[in-house]
Amino acid sequence: MVDTTSGEGHRGALPALAWKLVKIFASVALTFLGLLLVTFLIGRVVPVDPVLAVIGDRASQSVYDRVFIELGLDKPLYEQFWIYLQKILSGDLGTSFLTKKPIIDDIARVFPATLELATVAILIGTSFGIPLGVLAAVRQGRLSDQIVRVVGLIGYSAPIFWLGLLGLLVFYARLHWVAGPGRIDIGFEYSITSRSGLMLLDSAMQGQWGAFRNAFSHIILPASLLGYYSLAYISRMTRSFMLAELAQEYVITARVKGVAEWRIIWVHALRNAAVPLVTVVALSYAGLLEGSVLTETVFAWPGLGQYLTNSLQNADMNAVLGGTLVIGAIFVGLNLLSDLLYTLLDPRVRRR
Amino acid sequence: MSTREWLLTEQPASRRQARLGQSYRTWLAFRRNRLAMIGLGIVLALVAVALLAPFISPYNPIVGGDLRTERLLSPSWQHLLGTDDQARDILSRILHGSRITLLVVALVAVIATPIGLLVGTTAGYYGGWVDTVLMRLTDIFLAFPRLILALAFVAALGPGIENAIIAIAITSWPPYARLARAETLTIRNADHIDAIRLQGAHSARIIWGHVVPLCLSSVIVRVTLDMAGIILTAAGLGFLGLGAQPPQPEWGAMIAGGRRFILDHWWVATMPGLAIFVVSLGFNFLGDGLRDVLDPKAQK
Amino acid sequence: MTLLNVENLSVTFPSRHGPQRVVRDVSFRLGRERLGIVGESGSGKSQTGRAILGLTPTSGTATADRLEFDGIDLRNASHAQWRKLRGARMSMVMQDPKFSLNPVMTIDRQLVEAARRITPNRAEARDKSLAMLEAVQIRDPARVMAAYPHELSGGMGQRAMIAMMLITEPDLLIADEPTSALDVTVQIEVLRILDDLVTSRGMGLIFISHDLRLVSSFCDRVLVMYAGRVVEELRAAELSQAKHPYTRGLMGCLPRIDGGTRPLPTLQRDEAWAR
Repeated sequence: MVDTTSGEGHRGALPALAWKLVKIFASVALTFLGLLLVTFLIGRVVPVDPVLAVIGDRASQSVYDRVFIELGLDKPLYEQFWIYLQKILSGDLGTSFLTKKPIIDDIARVFPATLELATVAILIGTSFGIPLGVLAAVRQGRLSDQIVRVVGLIGYSAPIFWLGLLGLLVFYARLHWVAGPGRIDIGFEYSITSRSGLMLLDSAMQGQWGAFRNAFSHIILPASLLGYYSLAYISRMTRSFMLAELAQEYVITARVKGVAEWRIIWVHALRNAAVPLVTVVALSYAGLLEGSVLTETVFAWPGLGQYLTNSLQNADMNAVLGGTLVIGAIFVGLNLLSDLLYTLLDPRVRRR
Repeated sequence: MSTREWLLTEQPASRRQARLGQSYRTWLAFRRNRLAMIGLGIVLALVAVALLAPFISPYNPIVGGDLRTERLLSPSWQHLLGTDDQARDILSRILHGSRITLLVVALVAVIATPIGLLVGTTAGYYGGWVDTVLMRLTDIFLAFPRLILALAFVAALGPGIENAIIAIAITSWPPYARLARAETLTIRNADHIDAIRLQGAHSARIIWGHVVPLCLSSVIVRVTLDMAGIILTAAGLGFLGLGAQPPQPEWGAMIAGGRRFILDHWWVATMPGLAIFVVSLGFNFLGDGLRDVLDPKAQK
Repeated sequence: MTLLNVENLSVTFPSRHGPQRVVRDVSFRLGRERLGIVGESGSGKSQTGRAILGLTPTSGTATADRLEFDGIDLRNASHAQWRKLRGARMSMVMQDPKFSLNPVMTIDRQLVEAARRITPNRAEARDKSLAMLEAVQIRDPARVMAAYPHELSGGMGQRAMIAMMLITEPDLLIADEPTSALDVTVQIEVLRILDDLVTSRGMGLIFISHDLRLVSSFCDRVLVMYAGRVVEELRAAELSQAKHPYTRGLMGCLPRIDGGTRPLPTLQRDEAWAR
């Protein structure tokens, strides 16, 4: 007996997958266009006069008029948006009022610091959050479930900048367990050549273990706090996905087969829960960008978040919008990535 | 027959009795959830403190004491939570700050809920291109991390508590729109909606009069779940100097003010943070319990 | 020879109105024969089957005066004991392969996992799996091995399930509505495969179904359950001599080829049967 459904599945697999990918990319492109529109409109409502921001307030009227036209402010709004769009797509986010450099260069310089922080944080959050969530689901309603729940809710409730300050007070100032604010001590700063911009990676590849240890002791506290924040979300979602999976029939099948309980939990059920969990991890990775704005401020971490707050406090609107746009784009990109991973991980989506 | 029996009867005699009975059962389930009760207690305490702040505060929250002798005092019987660098009593400031926190939460809920409901129900009710356009718009707002978008808005509008509230509200509605749309889709083709349509009712009237009320309860639960997030976002904006401006006793701004003294005078930044933490924990406990009770899927 | 001995098995679940007994004092013995359990949904037949395998959901409790499998007392069996028994000596085929097979694992992995209970060697387990798929009359076992469950039709999935449950040659198989989710056209085929394997290997079979006629044509003996109780036990061949009004009622509800009474009578229930 030939199985008809699977035959169709194989024949139609490629076009269906391609079509799905096209749809995903189209919606991402549309969302990105929307992002641009939002930042553009925010830029228009600023009460700060963009011309004065360029020339200062002591320039003559003729200079003012020239710059007014140079900036394209005499054109209708849709035309201005079109120009804005072309500039952004060619990688021009404008010039920072504060650093006098192209914003895209500024962001490229500070971004690795944020990337490193967020990556260490998500590693911490995932490697603790998933096991805790699984534990809570397996011991549903018991004490360990309650503890995981409360630990998660605390993570949801504590302002991260406050935790950061307390962390610095306790672990840096009082206990001396970790290094203080900043990415690395000045003594080490010039001993490693920056290749990837990620200090842990660079120092490890160049065999500078002293610098590596120093960078590690700088990153561990902010990354743990950010990681705790994502742990709260990841463990809660893991718990609810695992509860749903453990109630499925195939779990009974596995028990009937005499599969060991740990294998049922960690292989059979978790493999199924992993499909939606990928989305959760990607989303919390993106959420860390949000947390990093406040964390970087507290820890003097020279990343995107600090750049953004610095620009904010100096009314450098171009830089603020550029940073917002970049973070929005990363957010959209991570969503896209999670969609793609979802497609790859779930055989039902992949072959259909 | 006692009131309790009347409420719990299996054969309610009227629709009102059935509905009250249902609420009473929900309340009974809710009351068994210890965390949720703690949360409810904290939230009620917040409301009480906000109402009574001027009467229970031992000192003036804005005007400090003698700058030479009363600056940065550590917690004592005179000043339970110590004083800050302006010689102001921190406890009094925190008690008054509860009013700002409550104001932010209430106003954001009042602004964002109707927007979310309107967008979501309209999209769900009309379907087609209206749905596509509105949901695409919602997705765009969801594509920004909330705090970042709020930052950009406040940067554009200028710092201040009113603008912070507007910015948070603008960034809060998309999830409610999503939810309201999903609810609308399930009831759009229900028979009683069809019946109203046949009577010749206006689409707008159907949406506001019949669809919105049905979506309201689940959206309200969702808003409650979001309260803690709103408080944290507001505190974050305050910390960055974009929310309430000094000398207002906003908790986030108070932490920012105490930050410089964290090593030697830890209480200045710690105490307001503790207040934020307790209040948002309260909202989280409450929302968590509500979800357990009201969402049959999570109940097992 | 008695393979399974059940005396006064009860399964209780908590509910808002106090504990609810869904299986009440069920007793029977099973040799290497085919026993059918018939009843409507909610009659407790599935929970009886699960309790025998120690798979009562954690919210419920199963109690019995005697629950012996091949002389082993199952009532206080440890986790390790259960694991030694399940899969290797007793197993179960469930209703719908769409749910009972793990959706993100290939048939290969799921079959080999079962086969390795008896042959730890991976290559050997694979050979055995392929042979077993052939035994359930799958013509292209290599392709089915590589497939994910959703790529198989219901009939194919259920054969794979049967192969997986019989690969260890257990002594007892519980089949819980094994064909109810399948197309009528493949039901008979799957049943025949199951029947052949059970008979040729001399296993004990508990066949759980709501379909009285199917059970009677397929089993040696039939237990009729109503509201958690066994109301009648009889030999399949003597079905027409059923005494209990519920059994007779069930039989009266079956449409007959030669027409018979029309409209079909509805089943009359009596509160007293449940007591």
